[in-house]
Amino acid sequence: MSTPRTTPAPHPRGRRRPRGATRVPAALLLPALLGLAFLVLPLLGLLIRAPWSALPALLTGPEVWQALRLSLISATAATGVSLLLGVPLAWLLARTDFPGRRLLRALVTLPLVLPPVVGGVALLLVLGRAGIVGRWLDAATGITLPFTTAGVVVAETFVAMPFLVISVEGALRAADPRYEEAAATLGASRLTAFRRVTLPLVAPGIGAGAVLAWARALGEFGATITFAGNFPGRTQTMPLAVYLAMESDPQAAIALSLILLAVSIAVLAGLRDRWMSTP
Amino acid sequence: MRSARSLLAATAVLALAAALTACTANNPPSNNGAQNAPKVDGTVTVFAAASLKESFTELGKRFEAAYPGAKVSFNFGGSSALAQSIVSGAPVDVFAAASPATMKTVTDAKLTGEDPRVFVRNTLEIAVAKGNPKHIGGLKDLGGVKTALCAKEVPCGAAAVTALKAAGVEVTPATYEQDVKGALTKVELGEVDASLVYRTDVKADAAKIDGVEFPESAQAVNDYPVVSLGKAPNANGAAAFLGYLNSMDARRVLTEAGFQVP
Repeated sequence: MSTPRTTPAPHPRGRRRPRGATRVPAALLLPALLGLAFLVLPLLGLLIRAPWSALPALLTGPEVWQALRLSLISATAATGVSLLLGVPLAWLLARTDFPGRRLLRALVTLPLVLPPVVGGVALLLVLGRAGIVGRWLDAATGITLPFTTAGVVVAETFVAMPFLVISVEGALRAADPRYEEAAATLGASRLTAFRRVTLPLVAPGIGAGAVLAWARALGEFGATITFAGNFPGRTQTMPLAVYLAMESDPQAAIALSLILLAVSIAVLAGLRDRWMSTP
Repeated sequence: MRSARSLLAATAVLALAAALTACTANNPPSNNGAQNAPKVDGTVTVFAAASLKESFTELGKRFEAAYPGAKVSFNFGGSSALAQSIVSGAPVDVFAAASPATMKTVTDAKLTGEDPRVFVRNTLEIAVAKGNPKHIGGLKDLGGVKTALCAKEVPCGAAAVTALKAAGVEVTPATYEQDVKGALTKVELGEVDASLVYRTDVKADAAKIDGVEFPESAQAVNDYPVVSLGKAPNANGAAAFLGYLNSMDARRVLTEAGFQVP
């Protein structure tokens, strides 16, 4: 749906353009390569210093797979919650006009700059057993979120949802509103227009945002350990396991990181073509 | 012309520095044995266990007052993480750890100037909310309430395991915190009813929490070793700081913080 089939394709998959037009200027190439090296070298270091021979012994513990499973489940759940709440929020920010919208947008992106540990403390103050809302929740239902897997999802959603909102809002702003207007003139309600016209239009943006949010949730550490604590199988995600392994056994920490890295690369590479728009 | 001027400026700076040093030399520190010791100035970098934060911050101020020209720069954190960064080459003058096991990481790497010396000991207490609303009297009561323990990888967690074993009590905590301050915060915020933390942490936070002593803590005493590093960038500063830790002044500060000083 993204590119019409009839478009002539002089450069399939973006490669092999006419010469001259594509000569890369050194002023761009040099910093680009430097940037690439800066991002990739630390990962290479991890691979080079990995305790390959001891790897099987380090990775056979049940706690490793417990942590990995929990990480994947909670990151996916956090992405789901982010989609449910974040897409409508992005629509509100992009398509409506009300006083204080700029301020609201700034507030939405606040978790991006807030140190995650502070985010975790803030969540405790509100949703904790003695928190403003949490106290009421505990009294009414007996449910307390801290130290539960649901708490992990809450912490990860708090940190990851802004990525999705920003991405979807950008896509909505770039999308032509006239399609929605046309739908409205044809009698569609605003909700129908959103569902049938807007959503398909910004699907690539939603996909990209979801992948970003998932990746951020998977690597989440600070808010999780502060709000949800650390208990194997219940709230100990991979980053927490890596951190604690680092305290006593850096080799094990490297081994755990490799697993997380491999899974992330597999999932992100697998999703890229399907979800993210790659012109 | 330019070089002549900069030369003049440099001379002026040197003269000023000499005058300043002369001033400090006329004002000898009041501490024992410091008069004839090599001159102490510059920054002394101290890596210290998180549980030393309050007392070492105070000691740092007093040390700087005693040695004008010297500045103490602290890095507080989990002992194991600090030990790892020292082994990885962090430029450090003094390392104070919360357990011999974490110190061993550094001595095994042959990075220490001399043998570590145990300068304080710390014991565990049960931290509870102000007024002890759950009436916790000892370790055996921890099974029935929501509890936070330190992870066994960090010294306070290792001590907690020893103490619980000595009491013959099994506790399944709500969380294994990554350091002792995390375990303390959870009590302070009311998210757990109790946690096992150091006596010094309870003292430092006495306005917000209460501490419950228990007899088994005697079985889980944590020794805090301190050492100067062989490659200390400021060897004189390191020696002076270690000497100061042994002074009556420092011992009093540490005792007041709740440490046992041997």
